[in-house]
Amino acid sequence: MQTDRINWFKYAAPQSFYPLAGAMLPWFSVAALLLLAVGLWLGLWVAPIDAQQGEAYRIIFVHVPASWMSMVVYTAMAFWAGVGLIFNSRLSSMLACALAPTGAWMTFLALWTGALWGKPTWGAWWVWDARLTSELVLLFLYIGYMALHAAIDDDRRADRSAALLALVGVVNVPIIYFSVKWWNTLHQGASVSVTKAPSMATPMLLGMLVMALACWMYCIAVALARLRVIILERERHAAWANGLGQAA
Amino acid sequence: MNASSLEQFLSMGGYGLYVWGSFGMCTLVIALELALIAQRRRALAQTDEDAAPAPTPEAGA
Repeated sequence: MQTDRINWFKYAAPQSFYPLAGAMLPWFSVAALLLLAVGLWLGLWVAPIDAQQGEAYRIIFVHVPASWMSMVVYTAMAFWAGVGLIFNSRLSSMLACALAPTGAWMTFLALWTGALWGKPTWGAWWVWDARLTSELVLLFLYIGYMALHAAIDDDRRADRSAALLALVGVVNVPIIYFSVKWWNTLHQGASVSVTKAPSMATPMLLGMLVMALACWMYCIAVALARLRVIILERERHAAWANGLGQAA
Repeated sequence: MNASSLEQFLSMGGYGLYVWGSFGMCTLVIALELALIAQRRRALAQTDEDAAPAPTPEAGA
């Protein structure tokens, strides 16, 4: 049987992935914007006031998506850094580099919105609770990854060293996730998980999920945009990339 | 939406500082992140223009 197969490995070359990323970028951007509009509408207008926390609970609509993405992006970053380390594929390492700042921003937002939520509900901006502390460690891991990469002049060597750091640090992700089960934390347990029915009202849940999806799309779009810049920075010596910086 | 209901919306039942402080910081971070990427791209265009195989000045980010 004759089938036309797409050779996916073709896209492992930065030169081929650059235009593909450019083609995907508007779709993810538009999806992020639309989902954000719907999510904000659900979260700020449709969702009712919370019986215990009043309006303060609305922080959930940014806190939970940012926190989820801080872990998802780290996992993705470590995965691609690992692929780059094992297969010596340049694009994978570049993708890991493109994901790091976005993940760090998400972690920062998780901590910031968490502090602003903790103050009115717990009476403290910060506590050295297992969930909060492990999330702070995640921020340091992102910063460490970026700092180590930036400190080594040779990009390929930087990729390998930083990949090791990313892979060692991935152990922190399940620690963050299960911290509320393993330790007695001030931070509440998961309201949404795959194993049980969610413990929140439908419009609240829906708003949170739509905002989380918007956050996914945003992270993908921003990582693609940054990846395109990184590809050009690193492939500047190649004829194909020369002058593309001005074009777009 | 009239003035008093807008005021009510902004006050968030007394939690305005916390709620808008969260949403506001998210907006700020998104704007900053996009600006940093745009700036990095501009820096790249600049070095392309200078044509000569210059030592790569990394736009730190």
